Amino acid sequence: MTSSDPVAIKFKNVNYSDGKLPILKNINGFFPKAKITTIVGPSGAGKTTLFRLCNGLISPSSGETIVNERDINYYEPTQLRRTFGLALQRATMLRGNVFKNLSMPRILQDKRLHKNEAKELLNDVGLDPNILERNVKDLSGGQRQKVSIARTLVNKPNILLLDEITSSLDQVSQLDIETLIKQLNEKYKVTIIWITHNLQQARSVGDYTWVMMDGQLVESGEISLLHHPQHAKVKRFIKGEVE
Amino acid sequence: MSFLTLTLSLIFVLIPIVLSKTLKLGLEKDTIIATIRSIIQLLAVGYLLTFVFDSDNFFYLVCMIILMIGAATQNARKKGAAIQGITWKLIVTFIFVEGLTQGILLGLQITPPAAQYIIPISGMLIGNSMVLSILFLNRFTSEVETRQEETELILSLGGTPKQAIHMPLIHSIKASLIPTIESQKTIGLVQLPGMMSGQIIAGADPAQAVQFQLLILFLLLTTAAVTSIMLGLLSYPTLFNKQMQMLKIRE
Repeated sequence: MTSSDPVAIKFKNVNYSDGKLPILKNINGFFPKAKITTIVGPSGAGKTTLFRLCNGLISPSSGETIVNERDINYYEPTQLRRTFGLALQRATMLRGNVFKNLSMPRILQDKRLHKNEAKELLNDVGLDPNILERNVKDLSGGQRQKVSIARTLVNKPNILLLDEITSSLDQVSQLDIETLIKQLNEKYKVTIIWITHNLQQARSVGDYTWVMMDGQLVESGEISLLHHPQHAKVKRFIKGEVE
Repeated sequence: MSFLTLTLSLIFVLIPIVLSKTLKLGLEKDTIIATIRSIIQLLAVGYLLTFVFDSDNFFYLVCMIILMIGAATQNARKKGAAIQGITWKLIVTFIFVEGLTQGILLGLQITPPAAQYIIPISGMLIGNSMVLSILFLNRFTSEVETRQEETELILSLGGTPKQAIHMPLIHSIKASLIPTIESQKTIGLVQLPGMMSGQIIAGADPAQAVQFQLLILFLLLTTAAVTSIMLGLLSYPTLFNKQMQMLKIRE
């Protein structure tokens, strides 16, 4: 990763504390534009907190976050969040059917999502368009996750934040989602930032990677870093010696 | 009723104490405290009301209403301690409810502008408003906690705090209104309301007592709806900051 690459998000000396408890410590780094960056690290490393900083759900205790070359505070919060798509491990759904869930980003802007658009979105994520009226309670884990990804695409985001989206899925669904995300990245040139605990997945889908441990960015760079890390702590993590 | 017969009615306090002791429920102390408090409070209010009615002074009437609002606020604020500035929100709500209902009653000459009417009706309205506030705050804080993920999802999709809190707010308002609406459905069938029973026992014409009771029931419906909605609208903005971030609910 070089400094001349176009940057989607950049962090400068970012710290975040929950009360007196430091969660993120002096984060300096960036996510390149239109690429897939995977974030790996043990539990409690601050990965999810970093995502919440990116779309402004929380603010840093100190430091700067630059999104698309502007300070994050430049954006009006709702506008900022519409440039991001966020999908979570649990694929949180609103009660109701698939169409209601897909429509929500538009309803929030007092606009309508047409059924044909919704069907196209389902098609984009590899789902049968006929499940539009199905209650989300009746979907499988993989289907829910795909609906959640489709929902993030309604706002046509520049950046997709994916937090452990395949960790509760079976092998087939995992591979399915990996392929889907790569396709979305290629088709729409969306910047993808993907938190995963699966190192094999991080290596296979990522162009770049961040390794976070204990609230710090320990190492970042090309995906080959996960094969040949420099830092001793990262070497131990990759060998599975750090949980 | 003489003091002797009133003393005899203490048998009804002895029964739960004996039952509690026998079944080891551990409620004897609370029962005794509650009884002593109710005797002192009601006797004090009785003498105070006699004084206020006899003096026929507007200032004392206002003082009585302020006292009621103060006591109701003190009681309800504990349930909303997690919400910033809940004391003022409750005071504003109670004052608004009292002003609105008494404004309609007196403005349309439904009740005469006399302390004998204003104080008891205010007591019922503020008391009901207090219970509604407690029900609402209890439900709202729990809805906010359990639906936090859903609320943050809507914020993440570019929703405003008002949009994000819509469902918890609506559910809490509905849940707090249900007891009032349900109890009105069975009124007269299951229970005779306290005020009406009191008037009938005191020798009033039952038809007249029913008319007054209906007036109170309609007032309570307004009180319930206005209290929940107003408290909800005043409370939810304090759950978010200027950056439209959801704040942690205070322990």
